[in-house]
Amino acid sequence: MSAPTRRPISHDLRMVAGRVWAIAALPFVSILLALVVGAVIILVSEIIVPKQTFDLAKPLVAYQALAVGAFGSFDAVVDTLVQAAPLILGGLSVAIGFKAGLFNIGAQGQFLMGALGTVAAGVAVADAPPIVAIPIAVLAGILAGALTGFIPGILKALSGAHEVVTTIMLNYIAADVLAALVSGPLKVPNSPSPVTYDVGNAAFPIILGRDGHLGIVLAILAIFLIWWLLYRTTRGFEIRAVGANPDAARYAGMRPRIIVVATMTMCGALAGLAGGSVILGVTHQMTSSFGTTVGFDSIAVALLARSDPFGIFFAALLFGAMRSGAGLMQIEAGIPVELVDVLQATILLFLVASPVLRRLFRLRGVRSGLGSSDTIARTYGGEAVR
Amino acid sequence: MDGLITALYAIPALGLVFQLGGYFVAQLPPLAPIILGSAAPLAFGALCGVMCERSGVVNIGIEGIMLASAFTGWIVGVAIAPVIGGSPSDFFGVTAPLLIALAAAILVAVLISLVHAWLSITVRADQIISGTIINIAAFGVTGYLNTLISQSSPTSAGSFVPFIPPASVANIPVIGWILEMFLNQGPIAMSLLVFVIVVQVMLYRSRWGLRTRAVGEHPKAAETVGIDVVRVRYRNVLIGGVFAGLGGAYLSMEATNSFQAGMTAGRGFIALAAMIVGRWTPLGALGAALLFSTFESVGQSITISPPSGQLGDLMSALPPQLYDALPYIITIIVLAGLIGRSIPPAADGQPYEREAAS
Repeated sequence: MSAPTRRPISHDLRMVAGRVWAIAALPFVSILLALVVGAVIILVSEIIVPKQTFDLAKPLVAYQALAVGAFGSFDAVVDTLVQAAPLILGGLSVAIGFKAGLFNIGAQGQFLMGALGTVAAGVAVADAPPIVAIPIAVLAGILAGALTGFIPGILKALSGAHEVVTTIMLNYIAADVLAALVSGPLKVPNSPSPVTYDVGNAAFPIILGRDGHLGIVLAILAIFLIWWLLYRTTRGFEIRAVGANPDAARYAGMRPRIIVVATMTMCGALAGLAGGSVILGVTHQMTSSFGTTVGFDSIAVALLARSDPFGIFFAALLFGAMRSGAGLMQIEAGIPVELVDVLQATILLFLVASPVLRRLFRLRGVRSGLGSSDTIARTYGGEAVR
Repeated sequence: MDGLITALYAIPALGLVFQLGGYFVAQLPPLAPIILGSAAPLAFGALCGVMCERSGVVNIGIEGIMLASAFTGWIVGVAIAPVIGGSPSDFFGVTAPLLIALAAAILVAVLISLVHAWLSITVRADQIISGTIINIAAFGVTGYLNTLISQSSPTSAGSFVPFIPPASVANIPVIGWILEMFLNQGPIAMSLLVFVIVVQVMLYRSRWGLRTRAVGEHPKAAETVGIDVVRVRYRNVLIGGVFAGLGGAYLSMEATNSFQAGMTAGRGFIALAAMIVGRWTPLGALGAALLFSTFESVGQSITISPPSGQLGDLMSALPPQLYDALPYIITIIVLAGLIGRSIPPAADGQPYEREAAS
């Protein structure tokens, strides 16, 4: 008797490839189509704004510069990772919300408040040894972000004020609070422009290349932590159950209100950590204009990754690459960095229209583009969760 | 003893409250036209929200639609003003380029609304995500084009100017300043009042209004009695787009005659809050928008001319950003306080699927 015949390895590989394609096909097609749309926009704006001679290859020049700027050298790759780190954390923040049926548009405000908490604590402990200073500064950022997430959570649980509106209001309030503190109590006295002191010893150590800081490691650890939390713990199951069907979750003995508050707080903590990692890893201090679009990009990252923790890594890498390459694109091809926003929005647009895309390109694949996030609108403006 | 100390503290506190009240009473009449002016984009946005959500489509892309139409109005005006030209008339400063630009702004708003309608009604995508994408896209595209264009220093296209009511109007006792508030406006802000009243009446007194409300509350029942749910929703979202377009055009063609990246600055979202606070009615939304803009204007006036005395010292000591944040804080407080009694249309945000759909 011969041993049971084993399927050849190549068959398994094909199965894996098929599975990967099933998951990645839609994002991949969306990205390709977005690049085409971006090219059309570049060409059209060449005609509208007659500054240089019309050049049909301009989009290719732009995309090439974008790619070189993002991946052209070791330092460029590290910079892409640096740009991706806060997007990973922010993306996880938005994704956890999606899993619980909450739309956290407030990642931006939580990001800013986290950065503010981090810089305030970091300046206070700037002379302590790094082993003490870094955890204190990081924790302060997490706490500040968590508090900013707790507010819309508790408001939703108590009065049903929808988080979409309250978190957006908090975004603007956070920007105002930041400006007030940085040009007021936190300002370096006698400095001509509003800027805080340096965080000194609380700054993240550089572990990779020219400016690859510890925050990259934290972000990747967070991916595993959130995956474990969502799929391997009871709390994670409750979060997903409430997101899928709050009524059923309540009948099963869970308490959606508490889970909503806890999830929003966790969203805030993650976004706060993202803000803190930018302060400790990149800027080391804060100016009153500290306000990147990380919070808003995080929504795009979470949507592109369909709220999957590991998918978020790749989505954040893509958007991080766009951010890190945009500078070179502007220099070499004269294309404003805002093109990156256009590309991101177009990718998402195609993903939302995924049923149409699938019909068009005959993709079979897993569920529709935005998967687990399709219960959000149902809670809009509704009564308080019970 | 404690009570006495409390009473002693209460006296100056009470004095401050009276000072504050007196300050506002003195400040409000001259601010009145500004208040309605800054309420206009909020109310237009809220009107768009009412149109959409009454028929069951959530539209949080209002911010993006307003931004896109503000940009379009401005850029079209700038582009065609040198070609067509014409000096502004006495009538609201209207010129041919301005009218064409206004039409373009509204057209763009309707086109974006069409995308939203298609995604949320036909594709049955998540409506909140569709709106968010509209916001991101509008911010990106307008920012991108604005950066490209501002390199070649564009000229101004002019803007609509407010009507100057006769001085005797302001002298009418008691209601003079309220009349001034509504009269001392440009054509877009003035049209707001007409639209609010028309939509309010239509919503509750016309066949269209009844059908819209039916579709928003119970689409299945509406379909049963022969109302085409999909058509009603498409039409309402597109008409809502006209209102959002007017709100955007107001910003770049009436309040200012320029465009800055992200100049809507969250007004589309405050408009949503105004709609909710106004309980999904046009009149309520206008009232809420006036409430928010009052706080905004008072904040501005405090930074420009702070009250004298103790109160002035206190208010000047506070950081100016606090006043900037005031409308947002008020929005949260009002939302958290009122939403319990404010019930949205039952089918709001739910994609509609015909029973027999194959």
